[in-house]
This record gives sequence, structure tokens and C-alpha cells, in this order.
Amino acid sequence: MAQAPAAIAFDAVSKRFAEARTNALDRVSLDVAGREFLAVVGPSGSGKTTLLRLVNRLAEPSEGTVRFEGKDVRAIDAIGLRRRIGYVFQGIGLFPHLTVAENVGITPKLLGWEQQRISARVDELLSLVHLAPSDYRDRLPAELSGGERQRVGIARAIAANPPVVLMDEPFGALDPLTRDALAQEYRRLHDQLGLTSILITHDMTEALLLADRIAVMHEGRIIEVDTPHALMTEAKHAYVHELMQTPRRRAERLGALMAGRK
Amino acid sequence: MSGIDPRIADALARLPDYLGNHVIVSLTALALGLAISLPLAIAATRNARLRWPLLAFSSLVQTIPGLALLALFYPLLLGLSMLTERTFGAGFSALGFLPSVLALTLYSMLPVLRNTVTGIAGIDPAVNEAALGVGMTRRQALWMVELPLALPVIMAGIRTSAVWVIGTATLSTPVGQTSLGNYIFAGLQTQNWVFVLFGCVAAAVLALVVDQLLALMESGVGRGKRTRVALGGVGLLLVVGAALAPSFARPPATYAIGAKTFTEQYLLAALIEQRLNTAGLTASRREALGSMIVFNALAAGDIDVYVDYSGTIWANQMGRTDAPGREKVLEEVGRWLKERGVVLLGPLGFENAYALGMARKRAEALGVRSIADLAPLAPRLTMVGDLEFFSRPEWAAIRNAYGLAFANQRLLAPDYMYQAAAAGEVDVISAYTSEGRVTQYDILLLEDPKQAIPPYDAILLLSPKRTGDQALRDALAPLVGRIDVGLMREAGLRAGDSANRQSIESVARWMWDQIEARKPR
Repeated sequence: MAQAPAAIAFDAVSKRFAEARTNALDRVSLDVAGREFLAVVGPSGSGKTTLLRLVNRLAEPSEGTVRFEGKDVRAIDAIGLRRRIGYVFQGIGLFPHLTVAENVGITPKLLGWEQQRISARVDELLSLVHLAPSDYRDRLPAELSGGERQRVGIARAIAANPPVVLMDEPFGALDPLTRDALAQEYRRLHDQLGLTSILITHDMTEALLLADRIAVMHEGRIIEVDTPHALMTEAKHAYVHELMQTPRRRAERLGALMAGRK
Repeated sequence: MSGIDPRIADALARLPDYLGNHVIVSLTALALGLAISLPLAIAATRNARLRWPLLAFSSLVQTIPGLALLALFYPLLLGLSMLTERTFGAGFSALGFLPSVLALTLYSMLPVLRNTVTGIAGIDPAVNEAALGVGMTRRQALWMVELPLALPVIMAGIRTSAVWVIGTATLSTPVGQTSLGNYIFAGLQTQNWVFVLFGCVAAAVLALVVDQLLALMESGVGRGKRTRVALGGVGLLLVVGAALAPSFARPPATYAIGAKTFTEQYLLAALIEQRLNTAGLTASRREALGSMIVFNALAAGDIDVYVDYSGTIWANQMGRTDAPGREKVLEEVGRWLKERGVVLLGPLGFENAYALGMARKRAEALGVRSIADLAPLAPRLTMVGDLEFFSRPEWAAIRNAYGLAFANQRLLAPDYMYQAAAAGEVDVISAYTSEGRVTQYDILLLEDPKQAIPPYDAILLLSPKRTGDQALRDALAPLVGRIDVGLMREAGLRAGDSANRQSIESVARWMWDQIEARKPR
């Protein structure tokens, strides 16, 4: 894929935490192209969340460089950077004392938008994530179901028209039906709004069905990164091959079921 | 008015003054405490190394008894005042308001510090991460997320602190700050239980009202209801306004009259105030002050007039241990005071000496007539002294002169000692010779053959800045030499007689009537 500078680039990035013996990230290099949908999979503790936090400077690399639109993030003001990057947090992280509308409109407010513009944007976004604005605007997070909260979290992340959205297991802790619907909805938004998305997930099937490319992490390294098709069919790494077994077996069984064979 | 207990009427009459001062001192301390504690607590949540020493310090402050904390600030400020006077030519009053506010401010800090730190630390880390992730600065995260979320816990701390401060402010009376504690201290000294109860109830009601107003504001802030916040705020302003109103309506008193911690002193302070008022001068009283505080306050000009005793100055201020006789002591004390600019207006006419006293029956049974007789028996006997007696040089002098060593020494409010001796609860007391209860409870005052105890003429003292104040001198001159020990004892009995329900003011007026009646024509 020959194109303009990558939206996000990791260049030999390592991250060491003072209290840990091993590197949380170990010389990771990866380019994420503009408008790409990248899924990051891997076991717990493989460095997925750390990788994401380096992008909007919630963490700083010990070595190497992270670039945003071709520019070293260390040269960009962290506050301004974060306002240009949507972030959907693992624990959702809605502000419990603010209404749905206030949560969604927070970054525009920080950017100094006029109240009317924020209000219109909030209504637009709530409709976009299928929450009736008149019904949801003034509710508090505690009055929402898990799925509704996730939708608000996504609406908040894209409120200020960020070119890039980072998602840390946004669909975890949801029932399978809601989870699938929300994932599909997000993919639709990604294409519609022309976003660049990085999604962390534990669910290999989800990654395969949603992403343009998948990066597989293991012990702080990216051991393989490729399209879903390539990983399914010609995984080079033994661990990746093994990871692909479960979705493949499921797909075969489901296929058999569909075809009426026992 | 005949239906109302005169002590209640008296208590009510003092309420505007006491309550007003109490509100001012406690709310000032609370506001100052908040202004210091909140930023410190926020800094502590940002810096773990600051957190431990800060919380440890404020906990330590809390372990110091309130009264001691208040008492410690007085000498500290007095020294500071002298220093500024020397360097800048202008000192400040180290008595009353300032030490009280500073001590109470320290006292108010722990609940606010601890609750703010706990409240902010208790916020879900995901929410904090989200605050940064959506692009808030640290300051924005603090104001838009951390403080609103920690508010219920912080407000709980503020409310605890408010209740503590309002309660502890009653202890600011002995450092010269008028407060609701004046009821409690005066009531305790003069066995006026109506006063003690009145003071407790008034302080409790004030604490409850402030607590509820803060609760109202809290519920408003938490749910974004501006009216509740406004109502609570207006309520607090009303409390402050109501407290300040009397001091604005009334011209500030020109003269401050000091009084120590026993009935005779309360009576004399009331008598002096009545004399000044009759002469058209305004005055306020600072009661329940310790011997050292009251003298230092007079020398520094924080109070203008009070009655002390020649022997007290002789032994405590001048550090003398000899007893050359009444006239000689009076003369030397006068000279010593003059060197320090303090005016000795004159003796009142009676002596209130320390004497060791025993219930007459007990003394006779043991065959004791003098302190010398007591010495060999002391190891089997119990003695009580007033709150300062055992730390005064007079006691050291008596003990050394006679070789006294009691089996047990305890402290008691001076007005209760006589009763305790009569009831056989204690053997020996540090009696006052002008105390009416000496005759009432048939207390034998032991002879002092070695003259270890100096004479104690009651003397009227004026502060150095009142040296040329002729109006003050003229108003007080009729008291000089006009009060004999019989009158003082009778007045003390009347004031302490709870069945008679006489207020200090009415007994002081009675004293003046007696002085007038005995006037030589």
C-alpha cells in the first residue's frame, strides 16, 4: 500500500515500567494508514493497552518514536493532541456526575465551541449511535444499560470530529447480541466518517470480522500483522496459527450446521 | 419579668454578645481553615510525599487538648507582637481573637484534609483516565471531575470540622476571647448551673444550625440545584449578620476589664463595669483568664483594668520568696509595677490571701492549728489546690518552709474546695481568706508561723496606656479602700448561693449599695 505518511506510526518503540522486570513493549514498529481499521489482539499483559496509551501521550515511550500524522507526538502539546484523538476507554469512563449530553459534549466544550453548536452536535451524535436525543440527553450514566453506556462512550469519542479513534475493549462486558450490533454500527461509522481506528479486543472472531488488518501481540512484541484473510490462511507464527484455530473450527462447524450436515 | 429566673434573664441579656463573638471567631477560623486545608489537600493528592507528613501533622494537632492549643498561642503571639512593636513600631493584640482563631484554624484542618484526600483518591481510576483522555488539563480535571465527584466526602469533612470548631470555640474564653464558653466557665466557677446549661445548649444549637445549612448547600451542589445552595448560603450569611448586628448597633466598648477564674474576680469585674457605665464609659469583660495571662495582657494593653493581689505579683512576677509584711510588700509591688508602666490605683481594702484550710472538726480531731502542726501528719493526708496553686511559687515556699509532703495532691475549681473539705472528701485545701465559704463551711485557716505566705492585698491595676486617663481614675476612685473583707465574704456567699438565684450583676449592685451606705459622712 503506497500512500501518504501513516496516520499513526510506531518506530522501534519500547516501554519499561519502573517496577517491572521485563519490557511492557519491546521495539515495536507499526504503521497505521489513514482510514485504516486496525485490530490489536493478544493475551492479557501483552502490551496492547500500553501501545494505545502511547498514541495520545497518556504514557510516554522509554525508547523509540511515536508519530501522529507524520509528526513526533512529543513535539505536540499533549492536551491538544488528546482533543484530536477519540478514546473509548476499557471501563468506558463516563463522568458519573454529568448527563449524557454533557458527557458527549465534553471535548467540544474544552475546545471552546459555542453552546448551541455543542447541543446540535450532541443530538446528531446520539442519533448516530441510535439513542433518541430527547429521551437520553438529560439522563445520568447510572440510569443507562451497559450497551447504552458504550454507545455514549463512542459518541463522546467522536464528538469533536477526531481523525483518529482509539478503542480499548469497548464491547467487553456486553451480551453477545448487543456486542455484535454495536460492533457493526461502529464499523459503519468508521467508514461513513472516514476515521482511522485502532481497536483492542480479546475476541479473535470480532477482530477478524471488523478489521482491515490485525496486529497480534505477544509479550510486548507484535509477532504478526496482516489482513484477516492472510492470518486465517497463512499464519507464519505458531502462536498465531493456534489463535486462528478456534474461529476456524467454529466457522467450519457453523458452516456445516447451515448446510444441514450433522 | 418576675416569673423568669433572674439567672436565665441574665443569661439571655448576655446572649447577643457571647453568641456574636462565638460565631465570628468560629466562622473566621473555619473559613481560614478551609482556605488553607483545601489547596493543601489537593497538593497532597498530587504528591504522595506530601500526603503523609501533612496528615500526620494534622492528626498530631488533633491530639493536643483544645485548651492547651489555645493557651500555647497566647505567649507565642505575645512574643511576636513585642517583636513587631520593636521592629515596625506597631504591635497587635495577642489576647482573645487572634490566638483563638489560629488555634481553631489548626483544629479545623484534619477533617477537611483527610476527607478531601480520601474523596479524591477514591474516584474510579477509569474516570480520571477519561478526564485526561478527553483532553482536560490537570486543572480542568480537578474542577470539572475530581472536586465535583469528591464533593460529598469533602462536605462531610467540612461539616465535621464546623461542628468541632464551634464546640471547641467555647474553650477560647480563658485566652480572652468572649464566646459561649463564658457561660460555661463563669457557671462552673460560680456554681451557676443555669449558665453552664445555657452555654452548652447555645453552642449545640449553633453547631446544628450551621451543620444543617451546610448540608442544604451540599445537597444543592450535588444535584445542581442552585436554589438550595443559595438558601444555605443566605442562611449562613444571616447567622453571621445576626451575630455581627449587636456589635454594629452598639458602639465598641472603650475599656476591657479582666477577671481571673473565681467568683470574687467575677464580682469585682462586674462592679468595675457598673462604675464605668455610671460614669458614662463603655466597657467589656474578659473573664476566666489565668493569673499570668491577665497580668501580661494588662502590661501589653490588651486589657485596661483588673484586680490583682499584692502577694501574687510579689511571688509570681517579682519572684520574691520572703514576706516582709503587708505595708512593705504593697510598697515594693507598687514600685515594681511603676517601673513597668503599670498603674497601681490603690488597694481595695481587703486581703485575699492564700491559706491552708481544714474543716474545723477534722483539724481539732488531729490537733492541728498551724501549718507546722500539719507537717508530720501530711504523708497520710490529701490536699487539693486551685488550678494553679501547686505550680505557684507560694506553694514551693510553703512546702520548703514546713517540709510538707502530702499523700495525695489534686486540683479543683476554687469554689468547690470548701464544700469538699467540709464533706470530708479532702483534708487540706488552698483556701482564700476573703472567701465567704470559709465561714459558711466552718473552715479553720491554719496559722503560718514561719510567714512563708506573703500578704495579698487586693489592688486595682490600670494598663500603662491608661496612665493619664483621668475619667477612668475618677470612675474607679470610689472603690479604693472601700471594700472590707466582711463585705467581700458576704458578696461571695450571695453570689454562690444557688437557692437565692442571684446573678453576679445584682450582687455587684448590692456591693455598691453597701459601699455607699458605709460612706463616712
